[in-house]
Amino acid sequence: MPTSQPTPLLGGRRAAADRRTVGWAGAGLGAAGLVTGLSVAPTDAVQGPAQRLMYLHVPAAWTAYLAFFAVLVSSVAYLAWRDPRWDRAARAAAELGVGATVLTVVLGAIWGRAAWDVWWAWDPRLVSTVALAAVYLGQLALRWTHGDPARGARSAAVLGIAGFALVPVVHFSVVWWRSLHQQATILAPRTSPPIDAVMLAALLLCLAAATVTGAWLFLRRLAILESHTEPRTAGEARTESCGEARTEPCGEARAEARADSYAEARGGSRAEARGDSHTEPCTEAGVAGAAPAGERSAPARVPAR
Amino acid sequence: MTPRRARLLVAAVAVAAAALLVAAGMQGTLTFYRTPAEVLHDPAPAGQRVRLGGTVVPGSLRSEGGRTRFLLRDGAAEITVEQSASLPGTVREGQDAVVEGVLDAHGVFRSDTVMAKHGNEYRPAGPGEAADGGAAR
Repeated sequence: MPTSQPTPLLGGRRAAADRRTVGWAGAGLGAAGLVTGLSVAPTDAVQGPAQRLMYLHVPAAWTAYLAFFAVLVSSVAYLAWRDPRWDRAARAAAELGVGATVLTVVLGAIWGRAAWDVWWAWDPRLVSTVALAAVYLGQLALRWTHGDPARGARSAAVLGIAGFALVPVVHFSVVWWRSLHQQATILAPRTSPPIDAVMLAALLLCLAAATVTGAWLFLRRLAILESHTEPRTAGEARTESCGEARTEPCGEARAEARADSYAEARGGSRAEARGDSHTEPCTEAGVAGAAPAGERSAPARVPAR
Repeated sequence: MTPRRARLLVAAVAVAAAALLVAAGMQGTLTFYRTPAEVLHDPAPAGQRVRLGGTVVPGSLRSEGGRTRFLLRDGAAEITVEQSASLPGTVREGQDAVVEGVLDAHGVFRSDTVMAKHGNEYRPAGPGEAADGGAAR
């Protein structure tokens, strides 16, 4: 989607500060949700304290659903406009979704051990959830299977769209097949869900916290991916290398990350230098603090905005 | 990531996903358990492990000498289950459970794994009712 306006929360001078605000909002909601879920909400009559895992397990699953929906939207947009920014959005969302799915399964295993007495069962929802994680893990890797990054991004977008078909399968698996999982409580065709009002409030608060925190993680990851993207011309690239020095607080070898750009990855072999280490230790504060300075000194490093 | 390594990773994920689905098929995922009526009217070949699910009949739970016996009911039929190990604390009378094992020649279901199945209702313990214990429904 070509546009000259800076994308809210991603481009422009205030983007980093706005992202931080989203992060703090998520943290605040999360703190409120955990206090409500862990102490205000009553202990479940049947399951006891183990039921409180619901306040983490369900929001994690919800975040995964949302993230995969974002992959779907970004993938459709990528196929429509072929703008690499949509591919990066799909990648950031898929990474968030896979992480949230793994978290869901791990928390669910603990809850399952407490409530069912088994860590794992060959239950339709468990199997379909693991399959969902596998599909999007493959979707992430598919991006690099072609020497030509544009073709890789196209394959990833196709799988990003097709893979979403598994989300309703996961959600309705407890309805369609006999399962060890219980039926849905909230997204169920009943006007009064069979859940205590305070428990419901705690769950909704935790769902809101997960949504906002997920959005923050997505935006933060996307901003990092964007900052690793190379300008398209050699002249800009030189400006870029000056601008790159500013992100040193992240303690990263930028030379590796730079190979992430489509321009360079076309070489194929240079993409090999792309380590995975270039992302995680990079704190939001490091990027955010340096961003305004970078935008002043090297305006060319925000291309095609 | 080189294209070569990425293709290997995609292939590995695809093989793992296929293995998961094959294992799920062999484990009968799509019919996670059968009801007592189904197991009685259409028994599996002798010695074949099945999962049996139903409600633990209130008053039927007996524990002696490391063995536990109880009745599982689905409204149409009921089966006596003999569990070789002690029962997990999460299984209670009046609630649903899924057991894994084989139906013997005397119609007793010899199980070695018991899974408690809880409902979709969440509520605090009522007066005189302990949370996480003895919650009769």
